[in-house]
Amino acid sequence: MTGAPNRTQRSAEDAAMERGMARLLQVGVLLACAVVLVGGTLTLLRHGALRVSFKQFHGEPGALRQPAALLAAVLRLQPEALVQLGVLLLIATPVARVLFAAGAFLRQRDWRYVAISAGVLAVLLFGLLHTG
Amino acid sequence: MTLLLFTLLVFLGSLTAGLLGSLTGLGGGVLLTPLLTIGFHVDIRYAIGASLISVIATSSGSAAAYVREGLSSVRIGMFLELATTVGALVGAGLAAYVPVGMLTILFGIVLLYSAYSSWQQGRRRGAQEDLISPAAKERSDRLRLSGSFPAGGGRWQAYHADRIGGGFAVMFGAGALSGLLGIGSGAMKVLAMDRIMRIPFKVSTTTSNFMIGVTAAASAGIYLHRGYVDPGLAFPVMLGVLLGSLAGARILVRARVSLLRGIFTVVILALGVEMILNGVRHGR
Repeated sequence: MTGAPNRTQRSAEDAAMERGMARLLQVGVLLACAVVLVGGTLTLLRHGALRVSFKQFHGEPGALRQPAALLAAVLRLQPEALVQLGVLLLIATPVARVLFAAGAFLRQRDWRYVAISAGVLAVLLFGLLHTG
Repeated sequence: MTLLLFTLLVFLGSLTAGLLGSLTGLGGGVLLTPLLTIGFHVDIRYAIGASLISVIATSSGSAAAYVREGLSSVRIGMFLELATTVGALVGAGLAAYVPVGMLTILFGIVLLYSAYSSWQQGRRRGAQEDLISPAAKERSDRLRLSGSFPAGGGRWQAYHADRIGGGFAVMFGAGALSGLLGIGSGAMKVLAMDRIMRIPFKVSTTTSNFMIGVTAAASAGIYLHRGYVDPGLAFPVMLGVLLGSLAGARILVRARVSLLRGIFTVVILALGVEMILNGVRHGR
């Protein structure tokens, strides 16, 4: 770029926030994929020859629906639970992104956006923790 | 079909859906659910659960690149996410009460609209910045929704957000649709930002993509609790769609997008009609 710095260009703080956010998203997705890949491969090794059909809807068993029960199944090294843990990590990635943004806005003393981020975070946590 | 064969075929299908979705900018979710329900006879509830997961993966994966380049607006995204996440909770809540036949028909209608919007994208208009009144620009500045984006050649182009209330309302609808059908509803998010709020097209599409992950995460917890997310499907779908969309982003630079978009438009048009017919048959 030549001449005086562009008046409308993003602040250095925002640019730093965007770099951090990009890294967070990348790491979250990669981690989730790695866990799903390991769990999925183990499932195939164990049950690859079984016949499957998703024509009828049954709903997943409790151990694959509740985070607490899921962790217990993961500790028993149940491969399906490992896949589900990866899914949970993936869902947590955007949530962590909102938390990260809230922190960055807090450092900038941008109170309006701290409040907005907190609002989004509250809705996300309601969706995750609400059972019904 | 054995689990091994099923996993392989669904993986290949998801790879294709992710590739086409990323090349056309509509996302893989909109193709994935018809593929699973029509192609693999998967119950639409399982298909929606798997699609929702893939949507989070692709959105977060590509958002990383867009955010780093300064294309997505974090503030506009966060502000409008207030509307999309609440909408997503309402949509996911409704999903349990909407009959499967109705869900299928609704999905078909969304496909028809996506075909229309994909066809429209081929014919873009010029900048909309001049249409925004000074008072509206001041409001946009006050809410810190104004910004600038890299317009090529090291130049940064300023923009403002117009008609914020209208955009917010449409975003609520986009969130509800996302929660109800397990899609990113990127087309409707772009509609809200580009057409209503008069935000530049490039910023609208990348910010829409940035928001999709958070919107989908709001309803994903509810789907998980209800048992709609099956690990056997999540494994091939999530990895397939993600790899496909990453490959698509690489190819995008060189591909003849107009021809591809033409083909894609016809495909989703046909899928939309098929879904509506399926839904009507299911309802009887």
